[in-house]
Amino acid sequence: MTITDVELPTAVSQKFPSATPRASLDCPAFNVPVADVIGLLEFLRDARGYDFLMDLTAVDWSADKSPRFTVVWHLYSSTNHNYVRVAADCASDVEPEVPTSTVLWAGADWHEREAFDMFGIKFAGHPDLRRILMWDGYPYHPLRKEFPLAGLPADFHDPAITAETKTGLIAAPMAGGPFVAKSGEPMSASEPRAKDEAWNEQSEKPE
Amino acid sequence: MVTANSELAYNSKIEGDVIVTRADAAINWVRNNSMWPMPMGLACCAIELMATASSRFDIARFGAEVMRFSPRQSDCMIVAGTVTYKMATAVRRIYDQMAAPKWVIAMGACASSGGMYRSYATLQGVDRIVPVDVYISGCPPRPEALLDALMKLQAKVKREHSASKLLSA
Repeated sequence: MTITDVELPTAVSQKFPSATPRASLDCPAFNVPVADVIGLLEFLRDARGYDFLMDLTAVDWSADKSPRFTVVWHLYSSTNHNYVRVAADCASDVEPEVPTSTVLWAGADWHEREAFDMFGIKFAGHPDLRRILMWDGYPYHPLRKEFPLAGLPADFHDPAITAETKTGLIAAPMAGGPFVAKSGEPMSASEPRAKDEAWNEQSEKPE
Repeated sequence: MVTANSELAYNSKIEGDVIVTRADAAINWVRNNSMWPMPMGLACCAIELMATASSRFDIARFGAEVMRFSPRQSDCMIVAGTVTYKMATAVRRIYDQMAAPKWVIAMGACASSGGMYRSYATLQGVDRIVPVDVYISGCPPRPEALLDALMKLQAKVKREHSASKLLSA
């Protein structure tokens, strides 16, 4: 059964005065400066029983916002069956960096690699910070807000294949897409359709 | 007992020890009836590909049951599934490693055109990197569709000018 951790906000604010409550619809959540985040995570793990790292992800608030990147940790207590969320804003909007949490959970390894791959956030102290989904040398970070879903032209990661096929990555033809089914309609009418039906593969996108 | 095609069979009483045919016909006949597939199973289409190889649909009826996981031993690459850009170079490399003559079936919407994955990560049709002989629609196509594609490919191979290609190679 889930045990609500009612003393958690006071315990955190006593130990970490820099941590502030974060708006949350479900579990307790805290904003914390990057410098204190590992200390807070360690406190939550060792003193409060949040021993399991459920998820580690990041948010890009778009290029015109500052701070632009926020890294989010979701912790779970396997004894009390409850959750807590910790978020830290990256100081730099151009070269975002947070300390690695692999020192606390070995399982953070691939999560941090994914966040690095998709957002370009550096995890200082990570033992093996390489891309995990895209290949080494891919020039973009696909989940950044300015990156289009269709992608941008680039070369294959194998120069021999580029030379042989004389082609490479292209921006996918979106033709008015993304193609989504409208929610709330009957199944028969919810066939995925282009969001913008003003253009398609035959007729150009109107300016 | 009724024997199919008895009129077309070789009759040694009439023809002696000599068979006359065209080189193209003989070569294509050999190629046609033992087309060993290279199962390039990359996504859910591969499940249908496996079903096609299994007892209910039995691709062995068309001489293509010998799925080879070595490109050196295969004739026909069946690209079954979504080809990501990360995988695309491997697909091309495996295609290059197959010994000629070789053919490619693009199985399903993803392999044919990128399908529903119009995104930065997905190759928009495997024909951008390898020459495709037969495309199959469907998401995923039923096993019958793959068998139909194989029969279409066999019909296509029957029309090839194999002898002149061999001599000019």
